[in-house]
Amino acid sequence: MADFFFGLPVLLQAVLKGIAVIIVIFPVAAACSMAERKVCAWIQGRPGPNRTIFPLFRGIPGMGVLQRLGVFQLVADGLKFLFKEEPTPGHVNKLYYTLAPVIAMVPAFTTVTVVPFGAYLGSAGSVVPLSLANLDIGILAVFAVASLGIYSLILAGWASNSKYPFLGSVRASAQLISYELSMTLAVLPVFLWVNEPGSTGSLSLARVVEFQSRAGFWGGTWFLFTMPVSAFIFAVALFAETNRQPFDMAESEADLVGGFHTEYGAYKWALFFVAEYANMIVGAGVFALLFLGGWNLLPWVPLASLLGWLHHATGSALWLHPLVAGIVSIAIFIAKILATLFVFMWVRWTLPRFRYDQVMRIGWQKLLPLSIANLIVYTVAIALMQR
Amino acid sequence: MAVIKVERKPLSLAERSYMPGILAGMRITIRHLLGRPDTMEYPEERPAIPPGYRGAPTLVKDPHGREKCVSCQLCEFVCPPKAIRITPGTVPEGAGVDHVEKAPQAFDIDMLRCIYCGLCEEVCPEEAIFLLNQYSMTGYSRSEMVNHKDRLYEMGGTLPDRHFKWDVKKAAELGAGGQH
Amino acid sequence: MIQPAATDLITVNVDGREIAVPKGTNMIEAARRLGTDIPHYCYHPKLAVVGNCRMCLVELGMAAVDPATKAPVMDPATGRPKINWRPGIACAANASAGLHVRTTSPLVKDFREGVMEFLLINHPLDCPICDQAGECKLQEQATGYGRGYSRYIEQKNVKPKRTQLGPRVTLDDERCILCSRCIRFCKDVAKDDVLGFTDRGSYSTLSCYPGRKLENNYSLNTVDICPVGALTSTDFRFKMRVWFLKQTSSIDTESSVGANTVVWSREGAVYRITPRQNDAVNDTWMADSGRLLYKAIRSAERLDAARVDGSSSALDFALAAAAGILAKGGVGVVGSGRSSVEELFLTAKLAKALKAPAWLVSRTGEGDGLLVSADRNPNVRGALVTGLISSLPSARLDELAARIDAGEIRSVVSVGEDLAAAGIGAKRLAKVSVVYLGTHSNPTSACARVVLPTLTVFEKSGTLVNQQFRIQKFARAVPGLTGAADDLLVLSRLVSAAGGPGLGADAPSLWASISQEVPALATMSYDDMPATGLLLDAAPWSQLAFAEGPSLHYQPAQAQKEAPARG
Repeated sequence: MADFFFGLPVLLQAVLKGIAVIIVIFPVAAACSMAERKVCAWIQGRPGPNRTIFPLFRGIPGMGVLQRLGVFQLVADGLKFLFKEEPTPGHVNKLYYTLAPVIAMVPAFTTVTVVPFGAYLGSAGSVVPLSLANLDIGILAVFAVASLGIYSLILAGWASNSKYPFLGSVRASAQLISYELSMTLAVLPVFLWVNEPGSTGSLSLARVVEFQSRAGFWGGTWFLFTMPVSAFIFAVALFAETNRQPFDMAESEADLVGGFHTEYGAYKWALFFVAEYANMIVGAGVFALLFLGGWNLLPWVPLASLLGWLHHATGSALWLHPLVAGIVSIAIFIAKILATLFVFMWVRWTLPRFRYDQVMRIGWQKLLPLSIANLIVYTVAIALMQR
Repeated sequence: MAVIKVERKPLSLAERSYMPGILAGMRITIRHLLGRPDTMEYPEERPAIPPGYRGAPTLVKDPHGREKCVSCQLCEFVCPPKAIRITPGTVPEGAGVDHVEKAPQAFDIDMLRCIYCGLCEEVCPEEAIFLLNQYSMTGYSRSEMVNHKDRLYEMGGTLPDRHFKWDVKKAAELGAGGQH
Repeated sequence: MIQPAATDLITVNVDGREIAVPKGTNMIEAARRLGTDIPHYCYHPKLAVVGNCRMCLVELGMAAVDPATKAPVMDPATGRPKINWRPGIACAANASAGLHVRTTSPLVKDFREGVMEFLLINHPLDCPICDQAGECKLQEQATGYGRGYSRYIEQKNVKPKRTQLGPRVTLDDERCILCSRCIRFCKDVAKDDVLGFTDRGSYSTLSCYPGRKLENNYSLNTVDICPVGALTSTDFRFKMRVWFLKQTSSIDTESSVGANTVVWSREGAVYRITPRQNDAVNDTWMADSGRLLYKAIRSAERLDAARVDGSSSALDFALAAAAGILAKGGVGVVGSGRSSVEELFLTAKLAKALKAPAWLVSRTGEGDGLLVSADRNPNVRGALVTGLISSLPSARLDELAARIDAGEIRSVVSVGEDLAAAGIGAKRLAKVSVVYLGTHSNPTSACARVVLPTLTVFEKSGTLVNQQFRIQKFARAVPGLTGAADDLLVLSRLVSAAGGPGLGADAPSLWASISQEVPALATMSYDDMPATGLLLDAAPWSQLAFAEGPSLHYQPAQAQKEAPARG
C-alpha cells in the first residue's frame, strides 16, 4: 500500500496529504472545542453539554455515554455553523473580510505537515519518523509559517472596519511579535545541544526526539528536565502565541466584545475557531516533541526499547511490524498532545485575563531577559560540557 | 474627611512571578474538576421545595369544598405589581353557601407581573390565597400566563382549615332558628 | 362670609384651649373647630341630636363654686380654678359659658374603649365582604379608640342579613349599631317616616313600618349616613371596594337644584355617585334619581362615531360636512339647558356667527320641594347668563316649526335636543338638514345629516348655573368614550368654520373670553371658582317667571326680591 502511495505522482501525493490533514485536524480541532466546554463545565461544577442526541440513536446501547460526553452536541454545533445564515456586515471590506478566516487556516494546517507525529522501526532497528514533510529546517518552518497567522488577525480586524476588531487585531499583532522573540530564544538551547559538534547540523524536530531517545542517563532524559526554564518560557509564549487565556488580548470579550472576530459569524467564525485549536494542537505537538520526548512513552524508555520489551514479553513479532509500531508511537504522541491541551484548558478556566500592560510587561521585561539569560547560561554550559 | 493611607505590602519575587497564585488556583480547579457537579439535572431532578416556599399564588378551598375567597380585594389592593384583578360577585341565593354572600366572579392573576412577594397571602383575611410550591410556569402567549379563577382553584386544591369561620356562622344562624 | 355678632359668642375650654363659639354649638362641633376629633356615631350635623350611641362620651366640667360665698374654688395644686368633672356626651352638651371639656384623659379613653367593646359585641366580622369597609366609622374608631382585642367568647347574636328595605336599600341587621341616623333622616329630612326599631336590647332590629317600604327618592341618603355597613346600596352592593375608587367633584344634572356630588370611579368606570356637602345648596343630601345618571355613560344608545348621512366617518370629515350644511344659510340653532355654561357660550357664538335664531327646549316636571326642582334642565339660567336666550324657553319649538314650514330655516343645529319630541314632527325634520351634537341616539340623531358624538357630564368639565343663580363647577371623572369628542372642541370648530372667532376648546382657556364678554361672569375665572360655587347677580332676570317652586335652601319669591351678594 505504501508502495502504491509513493508510486503516485508527487502532486497527487501532496493533494492527498493535504486532504488527510484537513480530514484529521478539522474534526480534532472541533472535538477540542467540545473538550474545552466539558473541562470548563467540570471545573465549574457542571456536567456540561450532555443532552443532544440524534432521535434515531436513542435507545442504542452505548449512545448514552456519547450523549453524556457531548459528542452529538459537537455535531449539532458543527451543523449549526454550516447551515446558519451567514451575514456579511455592510461596512466591511468584503474581499479581505472573507479572506481573513481562510488565511487563518493556512498556517494552522501548513505547520501540521512538518510536525512528525510518530515513528516506526525501520530496517536494522532504526527509528524512522512519520511526518508529512520531514523538513530539515523543522522548527524554523514551524515558527516561520505559524507567525503568518497574525496576518489573518490583522486582516480580520482591519477588514471588519469596526473599532473593537481593530483594537483586537492591533493588540494581537503586538503581542505575537513580543512573545515570538522569547519563544525562539527559549528553544535555541535545545538545538544547541542537539547539534553537538561533529554531527550533521539539523533543525529537524525528529532529530530532537531522536536525541531524547538515546541510551544512558543523560541520553534518555527529556529536555523538560534538563531545560526546565526553556520549557517554561516556551509554554508561556505558546499561550500567548495561540491567544489563549490568560493572554487572549485579541479576543478579550470583557473589553473588546469579541476582539478581531466581533463582526464574524457562522462558518467564517468557525474557521477562526478551528484555526485557533489547530494552532494549539500544533503548539502542543511541538512542545511534546521538544520537551516531552515526542513518541517515547517515558523518560529513559525510548520507543525502540518499549517495542523490544513488548516483543519479548508477548513473544509476538507483531510489535515490530512497522504499522503496529507506527500506531503505538502515534498513540503515545497524541496522548501527550491531549495532556498538553488539557493543561491549556485547565489554565484557561483557572486564571483571569491579564491586563494588556501586564501582557506587554511580562513579554518584554520578564520573559525576554529571562530567555536571553537562559540562552547564555546554556550556551556556556553546553560549550563547557562538550569541549 | 480623613484619608487613611494603607501601605501595600511589597510583593515577594515568587508573588511577582504569579506562579504560586497560578498553581494554587490550578489546584483548586482540578479539585473541582474531579469532584461531583454541583448542579441539578433539572427537568428530571427537581429541587426539594422547603416549607414556606413562595411559588405561584393559588386559591384554595376549605375541606368542605367551599371556595374561601370572598373577593374582599385586599390582595388586589396590596399587590405591588398589580398582578391581581378581581371582579367581585354575589353568591346566588339557594347556593347552600349563600350566607357568605360574596364570592369572586372572576379572579385573574397575571403571572407575568407576579413577583412572588407573598403579600397577598399575608393580607388575606380568609386564608384563601396561598403561594404554593409551583415555580415553573410557561406559556405560548401573554394571555396564557394569566391564571383565571378555575385554574387557580385547580392549582390550589384544598388546604386544612382551623377556623371554619363561615360554617360556625351558619351553625349559629341555624341554631338561632330564625328567633333572633 | 358673614361672621356672627361678637355678642353671640360663648367661650368654652377644650383640652385646656379656649375657643369662642356661637351659642347653641355642641361640643363636638366646638372641638372640631380646634381640630380635636371627638368620635361619634349617632350625631350628624344635619340631623337632630339623640345621643344614643354614647361614643362621644367625654369629661365635661364647670368651675367649682363655693356654695357659701359663690366665689370660685381654687385648686391649691395648680393655683387655677377647680373644675368639677363629670362624664357627659359631647353631642348633647351645648356651649355654655365656662364649660370645660377633656377629650384625652385616661377616663375618656376608658369610656371609648368600653363603648367600642359593647358596640362590637354583636357586630359580625364581616369586613372582608362588607361594602362599608374602608369608609366605616366602626372600623376607624375601633382602630383609633378600641382596645384592640375581644374579650367576648359567647356566641354572637344572629340577625337577618339581607333585608330589602326598599327597591334601592339593603339592610344587614347584624351590622347595625342602632344609631338611628336613618330613622331621623327619613322622619325629619325626607318627611317619609317609615323606619323604626323593633324588639329590645341586643335583639333590637331596624325595620320598616308594617306594610311600608323605604322607597322615597331620598332613601339612599340613609346609606350615606349609616356609619356602619348595615344599610347598603343595592346598586353598588359588592361592586367594588371603596379604596379603589377615585373621587371627583361633580354636579347633579337631573334638575336645576344642582346638588353637589362626588363621582366615584375606577379605571374609567363610574361605580357610584354620592352627595357632596354644600350647605347653601343640598346640605349633605341628594336624590336617588340623580345617583343613577352614571348608567348613561355605558349605555348601548351611546353615539360612538361621527356620522354623515347615516354612515360613520372621521370627526374632521363630519365637521367639514356640518360646516358645509351651515354655510348654505337659513340655519336655526337649538341649544340645550343641559349644556354647560361654556358650551352655551359657544352655542351663542355659533348662532351669532351664523346669524341664526336660537331656542332652548324647556323640560319640566313636578318639584318635590327638596332637591329635585320643577325645571329638569340644570342650566337654563346659564343660557340666560351667556345671552343665548333672553326669555324662558317653552317645551315645544313652535316658532322653529313655523319657520321651517315657511321655508326660512333649511338646516338646524341641535345640541343634544330631540327635535321630534319638541314638536317638530318627522315630516318637518325630513325637510331640514339637521346637524346633531349629542351623547345618545334618538329619533333626531337617526334622521340627522351629520351626527357629532359628544360627552356626558362625567366625561368633561365645566360649570352650571343652578336655580339660585349659583355657578358651580363639575370636573371630568372618567375619560371620554372612544369616538366621542368634547362638546367644546366640536362647538369651537363649528364656530371657526362659520367664520366666528377662534376660541379655546377647554373650559379654563374659554373663560378668558367668557369673563370678558359675559357681564354677569366678569371678574371670574374657572380655576379660582370655589368648590361650593359663586352666586351671580340675578337682578337682570328678576322679571322672568321661573318654573321652580320652593326647595331646600331656595325660595323663589325671596330669591327674586333679594339682591344676592356674591360669595
